[in-house]
Amino acid sequence: MELTGERIIRADRATVWAALNDPEVLRACIPGCERLEKLSETEMEAEVTQKVGPVKAKFKGNVTLEDVRPAEGYLLSGEGKGGAAGFAKGGARVALEDHPDGTRLTYTAEARVGGKLAQLGSRLIDGFARKMADEFFALFQAQVEGAAPPPPARDEAAWALPDAAPAREPEMAGATPAPAPAPDREKKGWLRRLLS
Amino acid sequence: MTKITGIGASSKRREDKRFLTGKGRYVDDMNRPGQAHVHFLRSDMAHGRIVSLDVSAAEAAPGVIKVFTAKDFEGVGGIPCGWLITDRHGQPMKEPKHPILAEGKVRHVGDPIVAVVAETRAQAKDAAELVELELEELPAAIDMRAAVAGGPQVHDEAPDNLCYDWDFPAESKDAVDEAIRNAHHVTVLELRNNRLVANPMEPRAALGEYDDADDMHTLWTTSQNPHVIRLLMGAFVLGLPEHKLRVVAPDVGGGFGSKIYHYAEEAFVTFAAKVVNRPVKWTSDRAEAFMSDAHGRDHVCKVELAMDAEGHFLALRSTTLANMGAYLSTFAPCIPTWLHGTLLAGNYKTPLIFTNVRAVFTNTVPVDAYRGAGRPEATYLIERVVDKAAREIGMDPAELRRRNFITQFPYQTPVAVEYDSGDYNATLDKVLQVADRAGFEARRAESAARGKLRGFGLAHYIEACGIAPSSLVGALGARAGLYEAATVRVNPTGSVSVFTGSHSHGQGHETTFAQVVADRLGIEEGAVDIVHGDTSKVPFGMGTYGSRSLAVGGSAIVKSVDKIVAKAKKIAAHLLEASEADIAFEDGKFSVSGTDRSVAWAEVCLAAYVPHNYPLDAIEPGLEETSFYDPANFTYPSGAYVCEVEVDPDTGKVQVMSFAAADDFGNVVNPMIVEGQVHGGLAQGIGQALMEGCVYDESGQLLTASYMDYAMPLARDLPSFTVDNSACTPCTHNPLGVKGCGEAGAIGSPPALVNAVLDALSPYGIAHLDMPLTPSKVWEAIDAARPAAAAE
Repeated sequence: MELTGERIIRADRATVWAALNDPEVLRACIPGCERLEKLSETEMEAEVTQKVGPVKAKFKGNVTLEDVRPAEGYLLSGEGKGGAAGFAKGGARVALEDHPDGTRLTYTAEARVGGKLAQLGSRLIDGFARKMADEFFALFQAQVEGAAPPPPARDEAAWALPDAAPAREPEMAGATPAPAPAPDREKKGWLRRLLS
Repeated sequence: MTKITGIGASSKRREDKRFLTGKGRYVDDMNRPGQAHVHFLRSDMAHGRIVSLDVSAAEAAPGVIKVFTAKDFEGVGGIPCGWLITDRHGQPMKEPKHPILAEGKVRHVGDPIVAVVAETRAQAKDAAELVELELEELPAAIDMRAAVAGGPQVHDEAPDNLCYDWDFPAESKDAVDEAIRNAHHVTVLELRNNRLVANPMEPRAALGEYDDADDMHTLWTTSQNPHVIRLLMGAFVLGLPEHKLRVVAPDVGGGFGSKIYHYAEEAFVTFAAKVVNRPVKWTSDRAEAFMSDAHGRDHVCKVELAMDAEGHFLALRSTTLANMGAYLSTFAPCIPTWLHGTLLAGNYKTPLIFTNVRAVFTNTVPVDAYRGAGRPEATYLIERVVDKAAREIGMDPAELRRRNFITQFPYQTPVAVEYDSGDYNATLDKVLQVADRAGFEARRAESAARGKLRGFGLAHYIEACGIAPSSLVGALGARAGLYEAATVRVNPTGSVSVFTGSHSHGQGHETTFAQVVADRLGIEEGAVDIVHGDTSKVPFGMGTYGSRSLAVGGSAIVKSVDKIVAKAKKIAAHLLEASEADIAFEDGKFSVSGTDRSVAWAEVCLAAYVPHNYPLDAIEPGLEETSFYDPANFTYPSGAYVCEVEVDPDTGKVQVMSFAAADDFGNVVNPMIVEGQVHGGLAQGIGQALMEGCVYDESGQLLTASYMDYAMPLARDLPSFTVDNSACTPCTHNPLGVKGCGEAGAIGSPPALVNAVLDALSPYGIAHLDMPLTPSKVWEAIDAARPAAAAE
């Protein structure tokens, strides 16, 4: 399954690009990330604790940057081993372009699991991946714009409401792309719709 | 008159007292002094290369005794396969090694790689987390069609992932092709027999112990056939002679085929117990069972049935892809061949039959026999295509079957086997009567008034049970004989201990066998004890599968009883000072014909063991006989099943409204137990047809590894069954005239149910749906057919 989404970030491309390459920013934005160390310009080592359905595990693995095109984008991929829980693999292709309000960040993400995660949680993976991607980019946007509180604890992150500019919810690949939302027609998350 | 004891009586199952009061003794209940526990680290990838493996951290973990990898098993054999199939080119099947722990590559999710032996199970599990394992994921062969068409290679030595490509009967191919080419009508059907997981209530377990004082190995294991395990593991894997290896299968909580096979975990605990000089125990958890117990079925088929203008069957041709999984399980190769191809005549006198079966390696759990084993696949294929043919030519499905029934016995089929007896019209008449066929239209109208679609489905079946004549199966590639052994020991005061090779794990042998012995000796059932499941007690045994226990194991017991009676008559003749020829034995009493002189059973038994007044010059003391019974033929149980369903067109939900079974099992020893066996089989068959299905994703991840995703039938999913076995034709070649009843329900019910659902859906013109008929699948079919139905 593939997820796509985009965000308009109120910062210039150079700033966004720098953040995309800053292990500290990435650590703060990867939900459940407890450790992220840069091994080289394109390789990092990470530890992430996550819960999928009934399976909770600490994943240890590598994050690799490929197809790096400065200020334009890269392919970020990660592979983590969760011991008895199995493994998770995922990736996101991120692209940046100029936008009147700053920078448009678009992404296509996918996730795959194996072992016990697949056996017990496979039906939850799509929703889980959507949530992870959404959380990551919401936190990233907040980090870059500096408008956010410190990265919330993992469980709260799901509820975090990026109080920021036009954000589009991720959509399943293949769905008809919605027109870029104007600020006044902003699509809101379900919780915000409830509250507004 | 209903009998209250002996053959024909519904004696209460004596074993149920311990099962129902929690006093069963299962392998996991066994605990040996100094026992250690093993946990297997299993592959979470379907296919991968082991790049690096470092167990040093695990070895240093608390409580760890030893960590085993493939390196520890150098010089140890792989898990053997018990049946050799020769392919259509005369070549032996491909038989890649199945190591105890993965060597270099992993080939399915659940493939064991590392075994950690520790003081406790928890410590073993914790230490397994410390194993540093790097697997390079390789493309996986999952879908069979893709696997044989240049898909990823599971084993280098099996090109196109073919284990074998088998034609049967090879000489019929041209004639069948021609008959189909020239036929008035040919019905074609493509179908899939869904992959199942057996799910016995008790997961597998194994406990190995080694006594260095006398160099004796003992394995307690959840097996349907402990002697077979002793043979396979001792001779082929570990190189242990029989007298130094005892295998015990105590109470076993269900098998359904999945506990026939020799598994790596059994060999591991036996091997490791000697290495660490401690008893080593393993108990599977449920998720582990899903990815390590052999699965069942998983055939993809195309079948063509040729008919003349009057609906007489002229020829049947089928092609099948049969999944073997990643390695060959013990009986796997013979299931889609000799237990499937030879049954393709079904109940019909189709003169020409040909099948081609390709057995395919995939990166999935090994597939082997599951309740019915090949015969359900054959029955489903035949009964579905016959039903579809009836619809296509506009004939009542019952009438089309009648028109083609075999009615003369013995009947030599064109697919090697010879049916000894049967009366298919009688079971059909019976089932239509008990299912109230005449009242169906009224019930259909009543359902329609409630907005429901009602369907009536009929299916027949034939099985080959009582497996099997050794010389025949030997010629077909079996690497063992398929006789059964029994010792009948008459104790000095007249009670009887029977030692049988037929293991009981739910079938009720302890009751049924006692009824047979008591009946033939004219003594109380309570005076007969049945001992099974221990190679140190029972002389030999080929085990329990293929509905063979009473037909083969029971016959071995009868042979021994007959020898006992013959010897006892000699003793009685001596005691009565009469000629042996004048001694009659009846109701537990030996009497001299035409006189009132007699001697009781117990007196003769005592004389045999206290031979003071005894013909010692002519016969030995004691009263104990051992027999091996090798059957002359298979037995052929058959029957007719009717299922009535209601389909909710708004939700696609199928409700089984009634299910009627008319079986011909030959003579019946215990009607209650037989009925219970049919009930269990029906539940499993209905489970297969409605809800069960093992699902792998395209990368080979097992998505159904718990009861959250693998649906088992519950009581609420099943109607109250109507079971009849009055239409009985005794087996002609075994002493009890019995045929076997253990698998019938699971064989005959899936096509009956699917035929019923398709009958219900006939207004939509839906010709076929693959099992399981889940609500979403049925609803989608209805939804897709709606515009067409509306346009008509």
